[in-house]
Amino acid sequence: MIDVVVLFFLLGLLAGLARSELKLPPQLYDSLSLVLLLAIGLKGGEGLAQQPLLPLLPQFGAVILLGIAQTLLAYAVLRRRFARADAAATAAHYGSVSVATFAVGVNWLNARAIDFEPQLPIFLAIMEVPPIVLGILLARGIRAGTNWRRLGHEAFFGKGVVLLLGGMAIGWSAGPVGLAPIKPLFFDLFKGALAIFLLEMGLIVARQAVELRRQGLFLVGFGVLMPVVSAALGIGCGVALGLSPGGVTLLATLAASASYIAVPATMRLAVPEANPALSLAAVLGVTFPFNILAGIPFYHWLAARFAGGAP
Amino acid sequence: MSSVSTDKRVMLTIVTESVIENALLADLDRLGARGYTVTDARGRGSRGVRDANWDEAANIRVEVICGRSLAETLLAHLQERYYANYAMVACLHEVEVLRPEKF
Repeated sequence: MIDVVVLFFLLGLLAGLARSELKLPPQLYDSLSLVLLLAIGLKGGEGLAQQPLLPLLPQFGAVILLGIAQTLLAYAVLRRRFARADAAATAAHYGSVSVATFAVGVNWLNARAIDFEPQLPIFLAIMEVPPIVLGILLARGIRAGTNWRRLGHEAFFGKGVVLLLGGMAIGWSAGPVGLAPIKPLFFDLFKGALAIFLLEMGLIVARQAVELRRQGLFLVGFGVLMPVVSAALGIGCGVALGLSPGGVTLLATLAASASYIAVPATMRLAVPEANPALSLAAVLGVTFPFNILAGIPFYHWLAARFAGGAP
Repeated sequence: MSSVSTDKRVMLTIVTESVIENALLADLDRLGARGYTVTDARGRGSRGVRDANWDEAANIRVEVICGRSLAETLLAHLQERYYANYAMVACLHEVEVLRPEKF
């Protein structure tokens, strides 16, 4: 059974492929992503308020290593075919994470009443940046010419990280009672906001079709196999950390997901000689649709087998 | 005949990817531009359709009015720093301004 929000994605995809007039105002896309990021942050912060934070530190280290391992693996595969800058930039996309994919995963678990740990949104925030730094290092090595201060600012104070961690801080300090008045907007409307957001994602993905046809089968194969291998690493990591089946599923989804907002913007500045169309065709044209259509249910099936609990 | 007296200056117009806006404006400041105007833009060029539908495909148009020597310095910098790897078009045109001391 396909989740209803995914049907909205398919509608957008079909409309885009049919060259429909349908077009969402860019401000709506920005507003919806703001609501989704804050909602994910608030929910996580609310959950975190009920447990000590210190024991989570080793988990943070583990998921950062997971992202680094993925980036190196992707680079090793891509380097066989692409120039160094292209391989490094695309590898950074795959090491990093996608909020939209995470939101679909959260929604998939919520729809089936499967619980997951409240620290997963923190994983989302801290897994975004390290692969970007590694990708820049892989592309240029450690030498002068990279303005790390400016890149650091772009990466750590980007919209996504600020809204996620800011939402968490608000959720953590307000608690369930404090959040009650804003619950209708952020929690009750989450599904509706996600549905319209995915409609736009379908339109964006449809625009990658031309570039994808030009790049050929290698990129399509990479776009499908890389998330599956990453998800396997994520499941291994989640099981080792003792997460619940829902938590393991979401960590696998995070590992499998590839960034298409923060990483392209930073890479465009830091590694301008890399071709952004190449990375985006793989990430948006192949990996994002694969993850939300087939990947997430598959990762949960795997997670349930390895982390226990009913599939 | 008009009764206002105007002075000649040069307007540098840059159309480029919005992703480099901050870096570009920092460069303009550093090289001595005393002001500029930034607007969102969309269009089509050798890099395909840039329809501004989302951040990755968004363009900006930056306009700087200044003296010719500064305009040429800025243009040379753009060519050296950005032309190879970014979608960018820049051109100079003569304009007539009031209050020339502003530019």
